[in-house]
Amino acid sequence: MNKFKKMANRLSATALICAGALGFGMQAQAAEDTIKIGVLHSLSGTMAISESTLKDTVLMLVDDLNKKGGLLGKKVEAVVVDPASNWPLFAEKARELIEVEKVDVVFGCWTSVSRKSVLPVFEELNSMLFYPVQYEGEESSRNVFYTGAAPNQQAIPAVEYLMSEEGGSVERWILAGTDYVYPRTTNKILKAFLKSKGVKDEDIMINYTPFGHSDWQTIVSDIKKFGSAGKKTAVVSTINGDANVPFYKELGNQGVSSSDIPVIAFSVGEEELAGLDTKPLVGHLAAWNYFMSVESAENEAFIDKWQAFTKDEDRVTNDPMEATYIGFNMWVQAVKQAGTTDVDAVRQAMYGQEFKNLTGGTAVMNTNHHLSKPVLIGEIQDDGQLETVWSTDGLVKGDAWSDFIPESKVLTANWTYPYVCGGCQQPMF
Amino acid sequence: MRFWNKSLLLAGLLLFGLSQLVAAETVMDLTKSLSVKSYSKKSVIIQKIAQTGDPQATVILQSLLDGSLFLTKDAGLPVLAAKLGKEYALSDPFTGVDLGQVRKRALKKIRINNKVRGILKASIARLNLSHPNPRHRIKAAKLLFKNLDKALLAPLQQLVEAENEGAVKEAFETTNAALILLHGDTIDARLKAVERLKAAGGPDVRALLSSMDRKLQAKASSDEQSEKLQLVVQSALKSVERQLENYGLIESLFQGISLSSVLLLAAIGLAITFGVMGVINMAHGEMVMIGAYTTYVIQEICRTSFPGFFDYSLILAIPMAFIVSGICGVIIERSVIRFLYGRPLETLLATWGISLLLQQLVRTIFGATNKEVGSPEWLSGAWEVTAGLSFTYNRIAIIFFALFVLAGLMLVLKKTLFGLQMRAVTQNRQMARSMGIKSARIDAMTFGLGSGVAGMAGVALSQVDNVSPNLGQAYIIDSFMVVVFGGVGNLWGTLVGASSLGIVNKFLEPYSGAVLAKIFVLVAIILFIQKRPRGLFALKGRSVEG
Repeated sequence: MNKFKKMANRLSATALICAGALGFGMQAQAAEDTIKIGVLHSLSGTMAISESTLKDTVLMLVDDLNKKGGLLGKKVEAVVVDPASNWPLFAEKARELIEVEKVDVVFGCWTSVSRKSVLPVFEELNSMLFYPVQYEGEESSRNVFYTGAAPNQQAIPAVEYLMSEEGGSVERWILAGTDYVYPRTTNKILKAFLKSKGVKDEDIMINYTPFGHSDWQTIVSDIKKFGSAGKKTAVVSTINGDANVPFYKELGNQGVSSSDIPVIAFSVGEEELAGLDTKPLVGHLAAWNYFMSVESAENEAFIDKWQAFTKDEDRVTNDPMEATYIGFNMWVQAVKQAGTTDVDAVRQAMYGQEFKNLTGGTAVMNTNHHLSKPVLIGEIQDDGQLETVWSTDGLVKGDAWSDFIPESKVLTANWTYPYVCGGCQQPMF
Repeated sequence: MRFWNKSLLLAGLLLFGLSQLVAAETVMDLTKSLSVKSYSKKSVIIQKIAQTGDPQATVILQSLLDGSLFLTKDAGLPVLAAKLGKEYALSDPFTGVDLGQVRKRALKKIRINNKVRGILKASIARLNLSHPNPRHRIKAAKLLFKNLDKALLAPLQQLVEAENEGAVKEAFETTNAALILLHGDTIDARLKAVERLKAAGGPDVRALLSSMDRKLQAKASSDEQSEKLQLVVQSALKSVERQLENYGLIESLFQGISLSSVLLLAAIGLAITFGVMGVINMAHGEMVMIGAYTTYVIQEICRTSFPGFFDYSLILAIPMAFIVSGICGVIIERSVIRFLYGRPLETLLATWGISLLLQQLVRTIFGATNKEVGSPEWLSGAWEVTAGLSFTYNRIAIIFFALFVLAGLMLVLKKTLFGLQMRAVTQNRQMARSMGIKSARIDAMTFGLGSGVAGMAGVALSQVDNVSPNLGQAYIIDSFMVVVFGGVGNLWGTLVGASSLGIVNKFLEPYSGAVLAKIFVLVAIILFIQKRPRGLFALKGRSVEG
């Protein structure tokens, strides 16, 4: 009996060791057989409203990729961190992702200030960031791929549309924005553009408001006043995030309709409109590279997949999601082409990489790290969707340095030979 | 003879029926042809539909404007579609017959853009000029003021003469005057038209006159007549602008009062928890947020279960928000704050922690995205006093609601036993206890009251701000500013503090911009507090000194 017990003990001990070894081996193998990617989007704080959607998008894409057999025969694992809408924390979390988690690529950031915060980290550690949001341009880093719109892919075509006969032949402009780097730079570019088209100073009004501004009475009154000078007037809005909801509410209540003074927005998409009764807003405009309402087989499949993934039949899709989708898939293609996840090899493979847009046509990655994409202008509908009313004929190449700012006009961004720089006047070699 | 009569009648009927049929068919055909992509072609078709004079034209155009007109993808038939759950309920636009339900992808919406929308509105307005309802006639005339088409000149002249209703006639005459000014032949009629427009006033008249002025200036050859016209137009423009400027002042004052009422509502709960009790309550904003979310939940319940009750859901939300936030307040006081009385720093940190906790809790339950709290019909739009001066209903309602809350709170504090005990405990705890007042219970109730009032503020704020987990943070600084400025522990001080901050802010804003206005106000308060550390209305007495 005793002997038997002893033997049983020994047996179980061996089994345990075996199992342990096996487990360890499996773990080691797992580490070898996964490719890690980082997700750096705020899941709490002010920006959670926008950024948590993008985190889910990346997770969905990873899930999908793994179902199709992974990448280079390995499974892809997403490491999610929460920088909590805290700009310095973005840099810390980026360092953690790259140094501790050893991820091969990071998808993340929304606000320009968070991107500026992580930029030195990515450059120092030579890692790769995909930035999926429309932004003010004036930047091209070797370690960042910008899949959102540059000003010439959003702001300039939008203003050109409003100037055209179809858009209402607007002659008087109100540039309203939130008080930070993106609206200020965009408005600087727009003002220079408008003046080059012969718009006088007296026909341009610029107005800035703090983040989260909620009392729009005065500004909407001012807009009405500015718009009653007998010339067709439009508002170009770079108002960001939450502040849009009370702004549009006030417009509706004060009876500013889109046929009198249209408002064209660069930061309002389907997601922002979801928190809003859009009946009084019908006809106001937004300029993006993607709308959920565009009818194409790719888009329908994407929407179905997204709604199934979130288990919410009413969940909307938006432009930064498409930018994430394109960026992710281009990275996957580049990794396959390079046969490795090594940053330098993948970067070289990224140039000229093509992927189908959800709205039709093919996006191309340029050597200035910006995409060539179509530009769409849509009108807000009563169901919270944006319907395309105008689109560019072909693709518009993202321009890192604006042609309307004298200091930037002379700069070139090109990361291939002979330039190899993010902003220089002469080739480096 | 009889035979002839009969056959004539028959032929007449046939003809009539045929013409009806033809008309219906043309509108039908035209509607079908709206499937073209080009917006300029659509505009032409819309004008053709309007010109058929068919009574169904209005129905078609209105539904096109409302975005409820679709074409079926298979047969290309025009249908009216209303969203019903995941599907669309269809009906025939001509007969109103129910056509069953289909999925969205079986339909194609007839898209319009702003330009088409403008043409549609003008076309509908022209059809509505002889609408039986006088209010629709006025609306039509006002809309046509922005679309002054020369072809309208003669028919409108006739309508002006035929109109009996005073207010409608006035609106018709104003639009007619604008038409005459632009397209009239005789100088006398045009001069008279300018006088008429000057009397009407408003931003639309300003727009018209200034574009007219510009046109006259640009004209190279100027004769005596057009010079005279220009002078008259310029003087009328000046007078209209002066009038608008005066209206602007009134509007600024109203906006100031409205901002004050929002500040007062946000701060009034804090005036109890911080002002009366002395708790530095950083979780105050979250009580407001909980009130706003309660409103959202109540509205959702109404929307799904009692759709007819939707317009009154806000009124029901007021007591509910008070109760929910009040209970939260009592729980916070009993579980945390009561251990920290007399330790302001720890209270500050603890309540700040609670505020973060509550934000994340709400984010987990409701999600990070904003929630839509709809405005009932009676809170949407604006009350137009005259052309160029209007007050939005939701702001008016909030002003009255703020005063109502303030008055209610005053009554509770001054006229009830609970109020008396509350004041006793906060002024001299020891003495109150020795008089047999259960001070711990009163503390909890007072904190609950302050939190409940904050919850009621949340109902009002849900109408003007985002319902998001961050709602409270936007108001916490302003609330503290109002209470400190007004004088800690004094409700009148809170009222005066809120109204002076609101009005000063709104009068500064047009000159300095919203960002600088806020900074100026903050600097002014800092300087003021240096001079009078206890605020505008300082409490005097032993408790304060002690």
